[in-house]
This record gives sequence, C-alpha cells and structure tokens, in this order.
Amino acid sequence: MIYLDNAATTLHKPPAVAEAVAVALATAGNAARGAHGASLSASRAVFETRQKLAQLFGCPRADHVVFTMNATEALNIAIYGLLAPGDHVLSTDLEHNSVLRPLYDLQARGAAVDFVPADRSGNVCYDDFERLFRENTKAVVCTHASNLTGNVLDLARIARMAHAHGALLIADASQTAGALPISMAELGIDVLCFTGHKALMGPQGTGGLCIRPGVDVRPLLRGGTGVHSYDKDQPPMYPTRLEAGTLNSHGIAGLNAALDYLLQEGVAKIGARERALMRRFYDAVREIPGVSVYGDFSQPGRAAIVSLNIRGYDSSEVADVLFTDYGIATRPGAHCAPRMHEALGTVKQGAVRFSFSCFNTEQEVDAAARAVRELAE
Amino acid sequence: MRRKRPALVLTFASTAQAIAAEALFTKSGLPGRMIPVPAQVAAGCGLAWKAEPEDKQALLDALAQTGYAYEACAVVEMFA
Repeated sequence: MIYLDNAATTLHKPPAVAEAVAVALATAGNAARGAHGASLSASRAVFETRQKLAQLFGCPRADHVVFTMNATEALNIAIYGLLAPGDHVLSTDLEHNSVLRPLYDLQARGAAVDFVPADRSGNVCYDDFERLFRENTKAVVCTHASNLTGNVLDLARIARMAHAHGALLIADASQTAGALPISMAELGIDVLCFTGHKALMGPQGTGGLCIRPGVDVRPLLRGGTGVHSYDKDQPPMYPTRLEAGTLNSHGIAGLNAALDYLLQEGVAKIGARERALMRRFYDAVREIPGVSVYGDFSQPGRAAIVSLNIRGYDSSEVADVLFTDYGIATRPGAHCAPRMHEALGTVKQGAVRFSFSCFNTEQEVDAAARAVRELAE
Repeated sequence: MRRKRPALVLTFASTAQAIAAEALFTKSGLPGRMIPVPAQVAAGCGLAWKAEPEDKQALLDALAQTGYAYEACAVVEMFA
C-alpha cells in the first residue's frame, strides 16, 4: 500500500514508538496515582513528555502542557473553558468540525460567532479579522493549516490583531504540530491545541493543549486527580486542573519516543522533506487536463496536502479506485471541513486528499501522480 | 513496633510539580526520595519528597531557583 493519508493519521512511525508503547504496557503503573516504582516511572515518563512538548512548542512551562485524548478534546477544553454565552468569538472558514461544532454549540447557547470567509483558493483576507472584532470579542479560534487545502494562516498576524483587541488566540495545530516549527511565544499563541498521532508520529489517543501562563481555562471534566482528594472542586494548578481521570500513559510513552525522533531530526528538516514530496506531486498533477487542484501553492510553508478532483467524478469513487486498483490510500469526501468545501465549491463532489509524510518516497509520489493521470484520461 | 524518627516532608500542588522537583533534586545531587503524602501533612493522596530535616535549606534553595513551588514543608515522625 502507498499510504498518502497522513493528514488523517501517520501510519509509518519511528520504530521506537511501538517499542515504547509495548514497554509501557508491561511496566507502567498509573501516573500520579501513588509513590511505588511502577506509578513513579509512569509519572516521570509523562512529565518528561510534557517537557519535550514544551520545548518543541516554545511553551514557557512544562506543567502548562495538558494531555488529552486528541486535538478535539483539547479544543473543546479550550473553547468551553475560555468562552461563555454573551462572548463574541472569531473563527474562519478553514476550520475542522473540532472547532466548528463547539462554536456552533456556544452560538446556540448565546455566544456570537463570526467566521472570516475564505476565497476559492482557500485564503482569507486578514483585513476581515479587523472588520469583525467587537468590544466583547473574547478569542480568535483558528487552525494553523487547513486539513483540506494545506493553506496556512499567519498566526503571528492574527495574534497581534487579537491581542490589540484584548482577545486570546486559540490555535488548532492538528495539521502542523511536528510538520512546521511552532513557537507559542514567537507567534503569540495563548492556547495551542495539538494531536499526537499525526505529524508528531505518536499513537492515536494522544493529544493536548499548551497554555500560556496567566490564561485561566475552566475545567471541562472533573474527577480523580491523585492530589487534593478531599477538595470538592478540581485542584487549581495546571495540568491537574484539566486532567481528570487516568492519563493514557501507554500512548504518552509512545509520543515521548516520537518526540525524541522529532527533536533529533528537527521539525524544519522533516517538514521540508514532506513539502518537497508534496511539491513533486503537485507539479506532476496540476496541469493534467481534467484535474482541479485546490489551495494556494504559492505559500512556502504550507502543510503537505494536495486535494484535487478529476473531472466531475465523485471523490469517493476516485479514492476507492485509487485504493482497489493502485493500492493508494487517500481520503475523499468532506474531511470534516464543511465551510472549507463550501468556499471551494466542492460540497457535492468532495475532494480527494493526498497527504504526505517524511517516510513516503519519490517513487510512491510518482506512482500516485501516474494513477491520477490515468484516471483523468 | 517499628521505630519512628523525624523526617522532612515537602508536598506539591500537582504530580507534575512533584516530578519536576524530583528531577531537580536528583540532578542537583540532593538527598531524599518520593513517598505518598503522609496523613500528618495532608489528608488525601499525592506525592511528597522525604529527606532528613537537616536537608531542608538545601532543598528549598534548589526549588527557589526554579518556577516550581512546594505546597507544604513539615518535619514529622515517620518510620525509620
């Protein structure tokens, strides 16, 4: 199989990831639930992982790295923990349902939400943010890169505007964490939400949020924390405040190993490799008659995604033929990004998304391009 | 009956802070080890650093150099 669905989850992980999970399954106690060796070693591994994530994302404090099961949970914690009925929120058409659905729910509960529109290339006009801020705008919630087009948003610019209006920036880095260098401090991100199983190359069931010190996120879940057990409310300190229940120490051990790989190789180098493969594919397919490619490929630092359609063919059928006839795994349909498809005019047809990993090869990319050319004939 | 003697106990607001403190103390070559929080210091659960009473200042000095704080510092009678 040629796996080109890395925007959904990376399939090829560094071998140390699976090894670390297997070791943890056999040795890890419950982190933060005791002082015996098995529990302590799990607690140490979890904290070590927080330290590496803080290093990777420029988060000033390791104890402000909160683990969740995925980016969706992290975004729900950030959105419900910082926003309330009566607040105004800004977002964009580029968002995934992990942002959209919590915002729609808040809207139904009395919050006001505005979306900065995207054009047919999937780009936003940054002046639109400025136009849409209100006195009660509490936050901008937006993705770092579209999971459909790969277009990136200029988070530093958005953060400057948000902060000038007294609002926070909550960033969804699902498509960029591990693929693009991210510094919360440099970009001005107040809350960074990430998943562990995509470009970070960790196991599914891992993710989290990094919180700038001073940002006060209310807990979404309440429960056991292993500390302050007689208090009626969650302990006030991060990360415990937002981590009710047993952590996924086994998955986090795998993420820890993946971070070793990323920190050793360097995100910039890994991302450059992915984008080189993306560019090779884009250059090979963009002028094939009958092929429509979506997104802005003039952006140098974009996510390694190429979404396209072939003639008027249903994207689901194309993806099915790609897999059954060519052994190429892609993702058709809506990609949980309804507003982005509306902006691109692809609601009915969907799109076939090819997304690349540093472990893909030029031969795989060329084979995928040949398949697209054959299907377009 | 097992003998008891005074021990220094430092508690922390979260497991993350406790583990950070442990890493700091270990790296600094300071004595002690993690134990469950003794009921004499705080009811409930969590992690605490146990050391000799005379190690108190060195441990607190090390913590003061970082962003991590302790929650309680007490000398209590514990099993030797």
